[in-house]
Amino acid sequence: MTQQGWFEGVSPDDSDSTIDRIRDGDSDAPDHWPKRAVEAGFSADEETYYEQLRSVTIEATRQAVKTREQADDSQLVHAVRAMDDCDRTANELAERTAEWAGTLFDDVDPRLEAVRSLAEKTPQTPAEEQVLSLASQVDSLATEAESLRSFIEQRAPATAPNLDAMAGPVLAARLIALAGGLEQLAKKPSGTVQVLGAEDALFAHLAGRASSPKHGIIFTHEYVRGTPRENRGSAARALAGKLSIAARIDHYSGELKPEIHEELDERIETIRARTAGGDK
Amino acid sequence: MSDLPRGVERRSFDGKERLATRGMPVYGEPTDGEWRLWDAGRSKLGAMIEHAMPVGLAGGESVLYLGAASGTTVSHVADFSGPTYAVEFAPRPTRDLLSVAEDRPNLFPLLKDARKPQTYAHVVESELDVIVQDVATRGQATVANRNAQFLSADGRLVAAIKARSEDVTAEPQDVFDRVVDELTAEYEIVETRSLAPFHDDHLGVVAVKR
Repeated sequence: MTQQGWFEGVSPDDSDSTIDRIRDGDSDAPDHWPKRAVEAGFSADEETYYEQLRSVTIEATRQAVKTREQADDSQLVHAVRAMDDCDRTANELAERTAEWAGTLFDDVDPRLEAVRSLAEKTPQTPAEEQVLSLASQVDSLATEAESLRSFIEQRAPATAPNLDAMAGPVLAARLIALAGGLEQLAKKPSGTVQVLGAEDALFAHLAGRASSPKHGIIFTHEYVRGTPRENRGSAARALAGKLSIAARIDHYSGELKPEIHEELDERIETIRARTAGGDK
Repeated sequence: MSDLPRGVERRSFDGKERLATRGMPVYGEPTDGEWRLWDAGRSKLGAMIEHAMPVGLAGGESVLYLGAASGTTVSHVADFSGPTYAVEFAPRPTRDLLSVAEDRPNLFPLLKDARKPQTYAHVVESELDVIVQDVATRGQATVANRNAQFLSADGRLVAAIKARSEDVTAEPQDVFDRVVDELTAEYEIVETRSLAPFHDDHLGVVAVKR
């Protein structure tokens, strides 16, 4: 059981240490900190304690805000790009490994999970040693992708609570990455959000070679994919509209607004009812 | 109990009697001399005071404010209270909260998660008079229960419970019943009432620590 005030063990003149203690310290329970600070000789009296507390909490909180604001969305962007690279590379390498392993072992399954488990075999020849070492590289890349995914799942709710609640952590991170940051995403019109990730199809359309794309990366969202084909365009438009509102709230306010999620749920239900109800 | 705290007055704004406190204006609110309007439509605590709920604030209390957001309400609380600790989890609103704190000697801003009191128990003192809670997360009763450790023996919880934060699909009344029931683990309920017409689907709760 630790029960220590932020001022204990640090000098009042050492502002770096006091700020660190406010930001990173903890205690299992509160106590009469003003009184204890005076007893510990940290403050001359309780009035002085509150003055010290005020300046150190303001400074510590300013630094914490800056760290969180600067770091968060760019960390998410890097993490999701790295995760996709790891996934893609793991899959490519798994194919190569399976092709080679097929010449040495029986029944080699080319799927990623099967190749990962190859790494547990014991090699008998120098060629097997090479193949199994490659398989263990596939396994560590796949493990890395999983750990990046859980990092994203952990970070997204704090960085973009509304996007996270609406799109899930990974799609939220992908949208932010495609836009180049949360601020950039917040500033995009919802028509752009709708086709983010479908740039090739969009430019083909603009060149007059194709119809306009109905959806980009948001296709992976259940609300688009799970809606019958004839209404997918409406579903994608509705989702993109709410996602861009979510991005704006996340960027400008940062607070979770359950109302917009409820509105989207209702809207999608209405769109799907068109199909379910036949020719309504 | 329905007396206004010392430092809060009803003053005339646009011909209507509205709540006001004395302090530096922070969000462009109308002012009358050194008094500034405390809009019950923007502040759940303001609405609870308008409804004459027994919030246990007479002026000068020590306060822990959970869910301080941009500091709109907490700025008024700090105007008439003693030491006021303001906890907020989202960085963007906390930036505004900081400028509110800079104009007030008794306001201590903290970028912390109200669901994890051990991350600020080394800063926030014990035996506080009042916890004001306005957090828009799931588990509002859990937050209140975990923070009960900061209150003195007869300390009060003054909470605005938002039905939609718990469950957007359930009937607000069912949500309120569940939350109030969970609160009885740490508190004895003094009064509950709807914050309409100021805030829809919000329940004001005043409770005393068990």
